[in-house]
Amino acid sequence: MSTRIKEILVVALVLVFCAIIYIGKVSGWMKGVTFSPAVSMIVIILLAASLAVILVLTIRGRLVGRRTVFVYVGIAVALPLFMSISQYIPISPEVRTLHDGLEDLQDGSKVLVSFDYDPPSAPELQPMAESFFRYCMDRDFKIVIMGLWPQGPLQANQAMEKVLEDPKYAAKNYQYGVDWVNLGFQTGNEFVIQRMGTDFRSMFATDYSGANYETLPIVKNVKNFSNVDYVFNLSAGYPGTVEWVQVAVDRYGVKLGAGNTAVQAPQCYPYLRSGQLIGILGGMNGAAEFEKLTGHEAKGTKFMLSQSFSHMIVIAFIIIGNVAFFMGGRKKNLSV
Amino acid sequence: MRREIPLIITGLVGIVFVVQYFIPHWPFNRMNAWFSDWFSIVQACAIWLGALNLLKISLEKIARRKSDWGYAVVIIASFLLITIIGFVEGESFRDPGTRFTWLYDFVYTPLSSTMFAILAFFVASASYRAFRARNFEATLLLLAAFFVMMGRVPVGDALTAFMPEGWRLTDLATWIMNFPQTAGQRAIMIGIALGIVSTSLRIILGIERSHLGGD
Amino acid sequence: MFWEHFAVWVAAFLTLGIYSFLYKDNPWYKLCESIFVGISAGYWFVTLFWDNIYGKFWVGVFPPTHVNELGESVRTAQPDYWLLVGAVLGLLMLLRLVPKIGWLSRWSLAFIVGATAGFYLINYFSSNVMRQVQDTIMPLFGSGFDASAYVIIGNIVVAVGTFTGLIYFFFSKEHRGAFGFSAKVGIFFLMVTFGASFGYTVMSRMSLLIGRIDFLLSDWLGLIR
Repeated sequence: MSTRIKEILVVALVLVFCAIIYIGKVSGWMKGVTFSPAVSMIVIILLAASLAVILVLTIRGRLVGRRTVFVYVGIAVALPLFMSISQYIPISPEVRTLHDGLEDLQDGSKVLVSFDYDPPSAPELQPMAESFFRYCMDRDFKIVIMGLWPQGPLQANQAMEKVLEDPKYAAKNYQYGVDWVNLGFQTGNEFVIQRMGTDFRSMFATDYSGANYETLPIVKNVKNFSNVDYVFNLSAGYPGTVEWVQVAVDRYGVKLGAGNTAVQAPQCYPYLRSGQLIGILGGMNGAAEFEKLTGHEAKGTKFMLSQSFSHMIVIAFIIIGNVAFFMGGRKKNLSV
Repeated sequence: MRREIPLIITGLVGIVFVVQYFIPHWPFNRMNAWFSDWFSIVQACAIWLGALNLLKISLEKIARRKSDWGYAVVIIASFLLITIIGFVEGESFRDPGTRFTWLYDFVYTPLSSTMFAILAFFVASASYRAFRARNFEATLLLLAAFFVMMGRVPVGDALTAFMPEGWRLTDLATWIMNFPQTAGQRAIMIGIALGIVSTSLRIILGIERSHLGGD
Repeated sequence: MFWEHFAVWVAAFLTLGIYSFLYKDNPWYKLCESIFVGISAGYWFVTLFWDNIYGKFWVGVFPPTHVNELGESVRTAQPDYWLLVGAVLGLLMLLRLVPKIGWLSRWSLAFIVGATAGFYLINYFSSNVMRQVQDTIMPLFGSGFDASAYVIIGNIVVAVGTFTGLIYFFFSKEHRGAFGFSAKVGIFFLMVTFGASFGYTVMSRMSLLIGRIDFLLSDWLGLIR
């Protein structure tokens, strides 16, 4: 049997297996799985033991293949999703200052939320967006949404739909056009922000589904940044937080809080220190901290266990590589 | 004509954007508004150009029956599928429940998300094979990475729970991020900004002309 | 109901297709990659048309009417014919596809480059140089000598780190003697910065993976409660 046929057979088998599980899910006989704390501990011990074996192998000069590392990463991310271990999430000062800035606003304030990211960054930023919307609804804030990335407005809609699935927030009866609006996307990056400094309408003549700016009561009196009380920017790169700081904050004096992907967050710390940013939510950890502060633990918190495990696996592999490097690998030119 | 007019446009537009920062009044505020509006439209056309270029290259690949030309057919078919649906559905193409949204949710989202998520595996593999404390600088880098990775997840706090508050891994990560990390970022930020400022000045004054190409 | 099941299977099929690259480059992956390229380009194409070409240009030049409180049909705004210049520049940009007159696209390109240069010159200098220098050169012990030891040490670290980091980037003078020592200290700070950035990058990449694994195990297979 040729390798290609074997590969196709394996893929087919996996898909059939998944189909059986799926049918089980749909028909109701397959319930979700949750590991008890004891099972979770056994899994962790087995994982640690197997890493010790890899350490020994690496010291003896045999680097494990990249596919083995891939399997460990997959396991480190997947298994914690089944575990029911609760973790204490400490609050960092940058998240607390962002929350404090929001607390200072009066109920019913008008906030502008810019969705400057696309689906790849959603696991980090979507929990922030949802928590932020929940917080806004708790405080009866009016929410004006926009995007400098073309995918942003759809991500905003998804977050809003998710929040409104909760009966508590559905009962708030937030009306589109009155309590919240999605102005859509506009090209021009930082030039859009600059133009909004004098005239919002010039960049968003219609909302995301074509309704005229003038017909939307929520933005009837919104001419420029001086008519919004707070800006929250969810950013995954360019255009994003840097541009909002440079134009909206430094030129128009906007009060800005940012939710960043972890890749981008370190670049924004100088702005935090200089007071150009009120606070930063950095990556999924920032989302989890914000969820804790706002009293509604959701996906950010749920995923922190997987995040912890995956970090430990990466650190374990770095340590294994270095131990082997110092204990003999140096001679064998182990370090690739 | 081919070089002079673009040079004049570049200089004029650049100067207007500099001046309007200091004099946000007529006529500079008006010019700022026009130029910002035009920039938005031109940028949209530039991105369209990219998409049309992709089509052109894919069509050429099919016409010349280059290797893997079948995938070029898939690119064109996918492009046409979402484009036609987007145009047919009109300006409310993004409303919940439209076919365009369906494509976004169940085709675009999984593909783009997974494309980036796959990097997690390669980061881990590269860390194992190449991240070595060879000298003092590399050791500093490694230690900073270690403390930040551990300190930014709850497990770091749990492992150092026996330490007094303020001295745990979380606090150490916070300190690294807010002080030495910020200092380094700031040095990089200022360096890049000075580079951008000098390049911008060269472009506006017409000293830097590489963006205009040959002849 | 069928479409719901179909949709989640399509998403799962495409997700697994991309992951199949971890094994090796293969036709399944290439198929998914090609769909991604096509759909992605199409998404931008459509969105830019409706949000910009229509939403900004067309609505700006031909403002729609709406019925006011008195029942009169009125225009939402005055037509802005200046947008036609932007449209012309945009068309010139598209001429790049026509080799004979492609050089005309340089006018649009010159506009984009000039606008960006003018805009960046001021904004970067103001936000990324002046504001950062201002925050670095500050009373290290607090305005009234009231800062805590934590803040004082932090202020000194930031001042020394920023200054020595900048020295490292100064290549017009040879890095020897006191200057070389400062540059060396600068490298140490930069290494800590890169280490922290690496840690955050790992965090980010793992988050994205968690999102996809959660989709497969939860939304698709329903294995997670």
